[in-house]
Amino acid sequence: MATEARTGAPLPARGTAERAQLISLLTAKAKLVRRETVRLTRIAGAGHYTGTFSAAELFAALYYAQLRYRPDQPDWPDRDRFVLSKGHAAIGLYPVLADVGFFDPALLDNYTRLHSRFGDHPDMRKIPGIDFSSGSLGHGLSTTLGMTLAARVQGRPYRSYVILGDGELCEGQVWEAAMAAGHYRAGSLVAIVDRNQLSIDGPTESIMGVEPLDDKFRAFRWQVQRIDGHDFDAILDAFAGLHTDPHGPPQMIIADTVKGRGVQRMELDTNWHVGNLVGADYDDVLAEIEAGLQPVTAGRDGQAGGGND
Amino acid sequence: MTDDTRAATGQQISDTFTRSEGASTALKPKAQKSTVKGIPAAAIPAFVAGQELADLGETDPRIVVLTADLAGAGRTADFRDRHPGRFFNMGVAEQNMISVAAGMAASGLRPYLSTFAAYVALLGCEQIRTDLAYPGLPVRILAHHSGMSLGYYGTSHHSLEDLSAMRAIADLTVVCAADANQLRAILRASLDLAGPLYIRLGRGRDPEVYPEVPEGFAFGRAVRLTEGRDLTLITAGSQVRPCLDAAALLAEQDGLAVRVVDMHTISPINADEAIAAATETAAVMTVEEHNVTGGLGSAVAEVLLEAGAAVPFRRHGVPDEHVVLGPPAALYAHYELDAAGIAGRARRFLSP
Repeated sequence: MATEARTGAPLPARGTAERAQLISLLTAKAKLVRRETVRLTRIAGAGHYTGTFSAAELFAALYYAQLRYRPDQPDWPDRDRFVLSKGHAAIGLYPVLADVGFFDPALLDNYTRLHSRFGDHPDMRKIPGIDFSSGSLGHGLSTTLGMTLAARVQGRPYRSYVILGDGELCEGQVWEAAMAAGHYRAGSLVAIVDRNQLSIDGPTESIMGVEPLDDKFRAFRWQVQRIDGHDFDAILDAFAGLHTDPHGPPQMIIADTVKGRGVQRMELDTNWHVGNLVGADYDDVLAEIEAGLQPVTAGRDGQAGGGND
Repeated sequence: MTDDTRAATGQQISDTFTRSEGASTALKPKAQKSTVKGIPAAAIPAFVAGQELADLGETDPRIVVLTADLAGAGRTADFRDRHPGRFFNMGVAEQNMISVAAGMAASGLRPYLSTFAAYVALLGCEQIRTDLAYPGLPVRILAHHSGMSLGYYGTSHHSLEDLSAMRAIADLTVVCAADANQLRAILRASLDLAGPLYIRLGRGRDPEVYPEVPEGFAFGRAVRLTEGRDLTLITAGSQVRPCLDAAALLAEQDGLAVRVVDMHTISPINADEAIAAATETAAVMTVEEHNVTGGLGSAVAEVLLEAGAAVPFRRHGVPDEHVVLGPPAALYAHYELDAAGIAGRARRFLSP
């Protein structure tokens, strides 16, 4: 599996043995994301655990079920593009790129150390598989729209995907891009909001309210789906439900997630936006990750999201 | 930016500040005028940008053009009309336009984006740094109406800080076009430039400096336009023509032999040419339509001081203030950035 190029084969239908097999694989890969995030954070001394954990199922579903790419040809012109606009979750993306074969996983062992290619935010010039550098919030929807329009100019068949944070939606440039994508009917643009409920200082709805997101994007001429972003069946169904008209409306998947999901002490707790696990805590958290997702407990800063158990 | 601002600038940049007599005029772009105020369209940089890009687009399918609702003022409409599938009006949203162009460039296209200098360089500074220069992408920015060329529109529309901001960005080439023919040379040279490029343009009616498209144009290679040993004027963009005229005045009225250097590329600066001026001529004065802080004068000063050049030196430009209100020509006279003003500043510098 590790180096197999994704070719865009149809996703197996819900309820089939093939779907169950795929979800078993994705579940293991989401654990890989969380486990490696914990390991790499220890190398750096601090890391963005929680905003990465909320996107773990999304990373797994994209790279092991949906995106078309060739690890041995990172610049394949017809590959699907993926931009991580919330670049601070790159710590969870690097292990996936390594696992599918874009580079040697051992390269991650000096994560963030002097002259490493791998920093807290991803650099497209240094890392095979990164389609655009990110880190400055608010830019990614625009760069992904540029890739989408480039496909139109060049007559290429690829789709362009982007994951946005919910706190990031406060950036005005996101709405400039949303307006332009709707205007240009950028149908092969697929945006996913990791709606994990918290930005750095607290719940988004108390810091700067972003809801109602569905209505906002519909008003900007997008097609919108809203799903449980930790439920692989829901994610795969959302992918299967994407339209294929490159001149149709741009497509939004609002993924309701839980910041810190998978490690109960971090769930919906703003104190863990950046953190570092040491000693027994480190081992306890790794064991908890291996055990798989448990019911969400309401964190100190928020309510447990519905349907995430 | 207001709607009437864009309409006014859309009406031929050159006419914007010319009071019309008699009948009222609808300030709409006039298509394909062959002359404006007696100047052939082929000699007007703003017209040339669209025409030259449309020509280059015939042979280079990678070229796409973006504007932020200024296709008229920047004359990119000429490209739009000939290559409609490769033209994108992004509306009044400059930051998005820059990042969209970045995504296009990352996918194999060669985007040229065109809008007012004030909004692309100052509003879009971080996008230029992060999305164009840091990834080293081949996006070309046509930053028109730089300096105070929008006159009485005031400080909101002026760009007197852009050189300072742009030249501090690593891996970004920063160049100023003095006239239409030099702009043609810049656009042709841009086809082979690997990284991003900021092209500073004036109001669109800059008088001729180069009678033909200059051969041998290269980024970072300054052009010595006149020779002389009493003083060197190092300048760029909109100030090249007035500096040449000032040199003629100083020769005629004061018997001074003045070297004029077109330092068109601000970054990377041509250090050797600046040092040559300091060692071969008696004094050096920089002249720019820009705040004297951080622009061409600062760049030359850095070079000369680090080279140990002990030459009398002055920066001449817009003082570190928000400029007074007035039409462009009046502002150039007020700040001594017309030929007579430059000559006067040079005299006071040489004979205090």
